[in-house]
Amino acid sequence: MQLTEKHHKYWRINLRITGILLAIWFVVTFVMGWYARELNEINFIGPLGFYMSAQGSLIIYVAIIWYYAHYMNNLDLEYGVHEGELD
Amino acid sequence: MATQTTQSQFYANLKRYYSFYTGGFVAFVIVVGILEQMGVPNKVLGYIFLFATIMLYAGIGFMAKTADVAEYYVAGRRVPAFFNGMATGADWMSAASFIGMAGTLYLSGYDGLAFVLGWTGGFCLVALFLAPYLRKFGQFTIPDFLGARFGGHLPRFIGVLAAVVCSFTYVIAQIYGVGIITSRFTGLEFQVGVFVGLAGILVCSFLGGMKAVTWTQVAQYIILIFAYMIPVVWLAVKDTGIPIPQIVAYTHSLPKITALENEFNDKASPKGSKEESVRAIFRERSAAGAAKLKGLETGGATFLAAEKQKLVDNAAALRAATEPPADPKAIDAAEKAVKAFPADAVAAKAAWTAEKGLGARAAPVMHHAEAFAATGKTQEEVEKNRGIKKKNFLALIACLMIGTAALPHILMRYYTTPSVKEARQSVFWGLFFIFLLYFTAPALGILAKYEVYTHVVGSSFASLPAWVSNWSVVDKTLMNISDINGDGIVQLAEIVIGGDLIVLATPEIAGLPYVISGLVAAGGLAAALSTADGLLLTIANALSHDLYYKMIDPNASTVRRLAVSKGLLLVVALIAAYVTSLKPGNILFLVGAAFSLAASGFFPALVCGVFWRRANWLGAVLGMSAGLGICGYYMWLTYPFFGVNAPLWWDINPISAGTFGIPAGFLGVIIGSLVSPAPSKEIQELVDHVRYPSLEGDIDTAGV
Repeated sequence: MQLTEKHHKYWRINLRITGILLAIWFVVTFVMGWYARELNEINFIGPLGFYMSAQGSLIIYVAIIWYYAHYMNNLDLEYGVHEGELD
Repeated sequence: MATQTTQSQFYANLKRYYSFYTGGFVAFVIVVGILEQMGVPNKVLGYIFLFATIMLYAGIGFMAKTADVAEYYVAGRRVPAFFNGMATGADWMSAASFIGMAGTLYLSGYDGLAFVLGWTGGFCLVALFLAPYLRKFGQFTIPDFLGARFGGHLPRFIGVLAAVVCSFTYVIAQIYGVGIITSRFTGLEFQVGVFVGLAGILVCSFLGGMKAVTWTQVAQYIILIFAYMIPVVWLAVKDTGIPIPQIVAYTHSLPKITALENEFNDKASPKGSKEESVRAIFRERSAAGAAKLKGLETGGATFLAAEKQKLVDNAAALRAATEPPADPKAIDAAEKAVKAFPADAVAAKAAWTAEKGLGARAAPVMHHAEAFAATGKTQEEVEKNRGIKKKNFLALIACLMIGTAALPHILMRYYTTPSVKEARQSVFWGLFFIFLLYFTAPALGILAKYEVYTHVVGSSFASLPAWVSNWSVVDKTLMNISDINGDGIVQLAEIVIGGDLIVLATPEIAGLPYVISGLVAAGGLAAALSTADGLLLTIANALSHDLYYKMIDPNASTVRRLAVSKGLLLVVALIAAYVTSLKPGNILFLVGAAFSLAASGFFPALVCGVFWRRANWLGAVLGMSAGLGICGYYMWLTYPFFGVNAPLWWDINPISAGTFGIPAGFLGVIIGSLVSPAPSKEIQELVDHVRYPSLEGDIDTAGV
């Protein structure tokens, strides 16, 4: 099993998208949590800090996972590392 | 579910089966509703729900019976992403999520959201770091991965140990939930309820292993999500006519709650002054309790006797009074006070400490949306306490998230999808189905608070809302309401609510018939049973597959392996039920411990195993033992349960023990790996293997 340059590139792109999504995850969880009191001063469907932790961040989590699955499943095809059809 | 069908046919069939099932279940609820209208008593309805749903799970478990190893351990690896998502949802959402979460949010406002964030955001880590790679690796258990990736028996063995410890702690909490629900809705004793529930758990997993558990979990998810949503949606409709609680709560109810909170805290307002009169009584009682405690400390038995004598004298004086004669009620009360007087110093200390604690009920109302509300004598102290709260809030989120991405019963679910592609999609579906409940819970907390603030507070004790008087009769720990200041009107400070009440009482608050309460009980039972199923199977598999087959007898026949697994399942289930029936205390303690232990034991080794080629045997061994060791040590030091009660490290609460375990785990992996040689070429090939969904000339690790 010899990895080609294309394979390495696939892995680098994977790491990049993982890193980007992880950064978003970190911001909506920990940064927004840290500044919850400050965010509560802003009104967006109720106090923003509360709204984010109760609902907004959750929606972003679902979106992160959806995007990752979508992105990687396409990347697999593009780089020819996708699985064969099972049927 | 014949094995000859193709995957797409299989998927289509599943959709048909579960559509019929959902329709059938709705029809069943309607029939029970008609029975209720015909006058069938509530207790009988409770039994119908309990036994009908357990029979249903047993039926699915029986239909999914199997003697095939791959079906038993990983459901034949053909669970479509959508259905694996539902199964993950049921597997994930426990009794605590279903029954306790909305109540926690009601009681602690913003700070309770740590659980909501932690238990959903963790799936981002599952998706990005683990699910696709574990699926590519294949095989059966999480210790399998550790064994293959790091080589040797020791990493596998520590993995087995960690899996058993954290799953067992967690399963106790689930069986506890089962016992509470069955006993509450059928009147069976708690201990009996535990074993009835256990029967329910075993019939699902015993015959068909993962295959049976998967298909029952899908069925259980459908029940639990209906049971959770119907009362909440109805409550939102009742308040505003809009059936979307997740919007109603923030736009309609929360602003009103905030205004009322200000009023309750403003002594000049009519409501505030009444609250203040109740609070003053609590402050007085608290001060009296404190004074007596102090007297007991200095005076000992003499003080105790003198205090009792005072009450005896008082009662005698009242009895003796003739001019005018004392009110008979006052004499009665005085005699009761004598009888209730603590018998010895230990009892007195407990009673007076509780009295002193009443001071907490004199505190102003906390704002629901306020983050990290803190109190203190000076502004500096407030800021300091707030800092501690904030730190613990974030630490708890981190532990719950990383624990989510490390609990073996969840990770195991990603072995069951047909492909890496579907594993990725199934994390999405899993979080989506979990999200449906989790973004409703904070809304329910707010809607319930709105109800209490507007319809209970201010009503007269003579005509309380029906649900309040019902529940205060059923269980004082859930609803305790008494006229402290004797004005005949309910004040907020006169109500004490137990968290579990919120979900259990929502149908009644919303004015729905009892059949919906039965449905909610069935939903709670489904949540607890499905999680317990997954956990018990994880423990039994770790012991039978990893310990017995991989380490003790690699030549064991298939029949023997399955027999051992089923035997262990039975034994573990009985031990778990036995431990639960002893009521080993605080559920939150057990849940928190499970998450911190899993996070510290598994997460560093698993993630480094995929993302760091250089990670090796020594790193894994060091990392896992350091993580588990530090986390366990900190719990032992600080959990009141163990009685050591050492000072906290950096004010981190014991529930977030993983805050120290997780870094220790990573440090262990890194140091251990760097001081010993790089892993062999075969193992490096294994790393490439898991990183790419498909490679030419790929090795095969999933082969049975």
